[in-house]
Amino acid sequence: MEWDALLLSRLQFAFTIGFHIIFPAFTIGLASFLAVCEGLWLFTKKPLFKNLYLFWVKIFAISFGMGVVSGVVMSYQFGTNWSVFSALVGSVIGPLLAYEVLTAFFLEASFLGIMLFGWKRVGPGLHFFSTCMVAIGTLMSAFWILAANSWMQTPQGWAWAEDGTMIATSFMEVIFNPSLPSRFAHMTLAAYLTTAMVIAAVSAFALLKNKALPESRTALRMAVLMMAIVAPLQVVVGHESGVVAHEYQPAKVAAMEGWWTTQAQQPTILFAWPDEAAERNHLEIGIPGLGSWVVAGSADAEVEGLDAFAPEDRPPVWITFWAFRIMVAMGLAMVALGIWGAGAWALKRIDTARWYHRALVVAGPSGFIAVLAGWIAAEVGRQPYVVYGVVRTADAVSPVSAASVATSLMFFIVVYAIVFSAGALYILRLMAKGPDSHEEPPQDTNEPPGTPMGAGVQEAT
Amino acid sequence: MFGLELSMIWAVLIAVAVFLYVALDGFDLGVGILFPFAKDSRERDHMQAAIAPVWDGNETWLVLGGGGLFAAFPKAYAALMPALYAPIILMLLALIFRGVAFEFRHHGRGRGKTFWTAAFAGGSLVAAIAQGFVLGAFIQGVNIVDGQFAGGAMDWLTPFSILVAASMVAGYALLGGCWLVFKTEGELYERARKWVARLAVLTALAMGAVSIATLGVDPRVTARWGFTMTSIDWGSFIKLAPLPIAAVAICFALWRRWKGAPHILPYLLAVGLFLIGYLGLAVSLWPYIVPFAMTPADAAAADNALELMLWGAIPMLPIILAYTAYVYWIFRAKVDDDAAYH
Repeated sequence: MEWDALLLSRLQFAFTIGFHIIFPAFTIGLASFLAVCEGLWLFTKKPLFKNLYLFWVKIFAISFGMGVVSGVVMSYQFGTNWSVFSALVGSVIGPLLAYEVLTAFFLEASFLGIMLFGWKRVGPGLHFFSTCMVAIGTLMSAFWILAANSWMQTPQGWAWAEDGTMIATSFMEVIFNPSLPSRFAHMTLAAYLTTAMVIAAVSAFALLKNKALPESRTALRMAVLMMAIVAPLQVVVGHESGVVAHEYQPAKVAAMEGWWTTQAQQPTILFAWPDEAAERNHLEIGIPGLGSWVVAGSADAEVEGLDAFAPEDRPPVWITFWAFRIMVAMGLAMVALGIWGAGAWALKRIDTARWYHRALVVAGPSGFIAVLAGWIAAEVGRQPYVVYGVVRTADAVSPVSAASVATSLMFFIVVYAIVFSAGALYILRLMAKGPDSHEEPPQDTNEPPGTPMGAGVQEAT
Repeated sequence: MFGLELSMIWAVLIAVAVFLYVALDGFDLGVGILFPFAKDSRERDHMQAAIAPVWDGNETWLVLGGGGLFAAFPKAYAALMPALYAPIILMLLALIFRGVAFEFRHHGRGRGKTFWTAAFAGGSLVAAIAQGFVLGAFIQGVNIVDGQFAGGAMDWLTPFSILVAASMVAGYALLGGCWLVFKTEGELYERARKWVARLAVLTALAMGAVSIATLGVDPRVTARWGFTMTSIDWGSFIKLAPLPIAAVAICFALWRRWKGAPHILPYLLAVGLFLIGYLGLAVSLWPYIVPFAMTPADAAAADNALELMLWGAIPMLPIILAYTAYVYWIFRAKVDDDAAYH
């Protein structure tokens, strides 16, 4: 492994996008949660929904801001570090990103202003409308970026142009490529689950502190409801995504599953230490036949292992294998917590189940871990290609020096560490405090909710 | 489409997006640049409150500029971004600091608040400087071989780009000062008026210096304005002379500070000044999208891509402009001194 501009650019892209994805993964779900809370408040007039809204919107404001600034980086990094890729595929996925800006980014950014600062400047109906626009914007943004990324996983509807770049022969085929439906659904559900796990953790923490407010009880139920329905659904959607990946990216699935040889009765491996040099697994524990049954519908189906691909066409196995396992483990933990919560709820013990509350607090970050691990499995599993089967990552990098990229990567690490630490501190501080029974809206001012001024009003009342 | 080259339509649209970015994010970056000159923390709170509801939307024009360049002119994007690697990364890092500082300043306590106040000011300043480097390096042209950047990592750093960066700071600070005249009252308003008067003079000098230096960048630019080494072609110059004359008039007006004028007037004049500078550049660099290397037609994406995007842009841009204007309308009031502090 050589520390050249290629490797450093890959590390930089992985680092910056990994940092970025944390925030959309949370704010997509949180925006919808806020829209639901505000809608329920307008509909039922129960103050607890208003309190929930005003509490979570502070956390939303911080997270969304961090998502915005780390997202601007992405729109330039295609060019700074992957200029050859940009020139090659600009005519195919460029329009998808342009549509993301036109239909989503402006919508989110503009209505966010009203959402955060317009509480007393516009009527409740228009404020609710703004929250809904932000929520819809986050989902549209996810659609377009997933369309572009899914095309890179399962490209279709394109041809080589005379000048050696790629052009679209059908944008319908480009946008609605084979992996888009399952991957968009998988990501959206992941975002909703991530948010549900965080809301459950914060609510459970408040209950553990005997701050048994109606706000925390209600939010806990909303989160458990989401978990109990969406976590099992996510298993189904994730499976579908895996089946699509097996059809179009068999090498990726082989790496995820740790299959070295093409054979019938592929196992589902529970634990193993993949050894890329020896092309085998150490300490393998698996269930024979289950793997073939899962991806091909029959235990006797012959399924491709990594030996079906030349070594230079295989993704890095160890990372893909373990990232996939971590994601699945988190997913199964969420399913279990959903069932546990539904059971406690049915037995009317959900407010007093201390061990359940403790488990939820521990599982608070599980959604983030699952999202990061899932994306690592998806993107590392696509290697050595940037556009699967067509353009190699090694052929996509900019003509920049290793020194330039090393310097920028170092700065990104330092700046993101500072920003992340501070953001996490402020968010955790708010979360530890938990919602109150009399969250006051900010005064008629340009101050955002949750500012010192907002806090001052709270103490005064 | 419509008898026009698609690439030309998109060149104009992206130029408009970049101009809107400069006119809008320019004022909120400028407010950050002026942060150190505020009297106290309360005044800084007011300055930030004057831009907090709109900065995110403003910055989105930068994403449209970058994303639009990638989508409509991938070859120009691929040629320029590696050439501008260091200043672009610097700009992104600076924008991160100042962007999160909006929220973090309010949540920080003690030293945390001090740090994020400095981060907001410093981030705004460095973003302006980095954008100046980008513009300067763009104007002086980049070394392109076979459509890819072939120059050195520090090509962007020249006396010319330093001059442009300094001018960018002055210009953004002027926009920021004018925005504060529009959005604040009382002591801060009076202070902002003084800032505007001084910055108008500074910006006039800076723009003059950049204009003259730009004439020396490439003989084609010099000739465009009617100058050669030995003589002046008055015919060419006269046609373009209204631009510098109007710029001088605007700077004079901003420096004079008329009493009784609407409070939004200085900001509109400052935007006019930027428009003049922008048009001057367009005249100088026409018809290049990567100066002296690529025209829009050379760098454009495939026609079907440009067409698809145009079908999106035709309905969406007016809608975006409409709701952006509506948000500005909702927050049209001055930042209220009484309401902000209880």
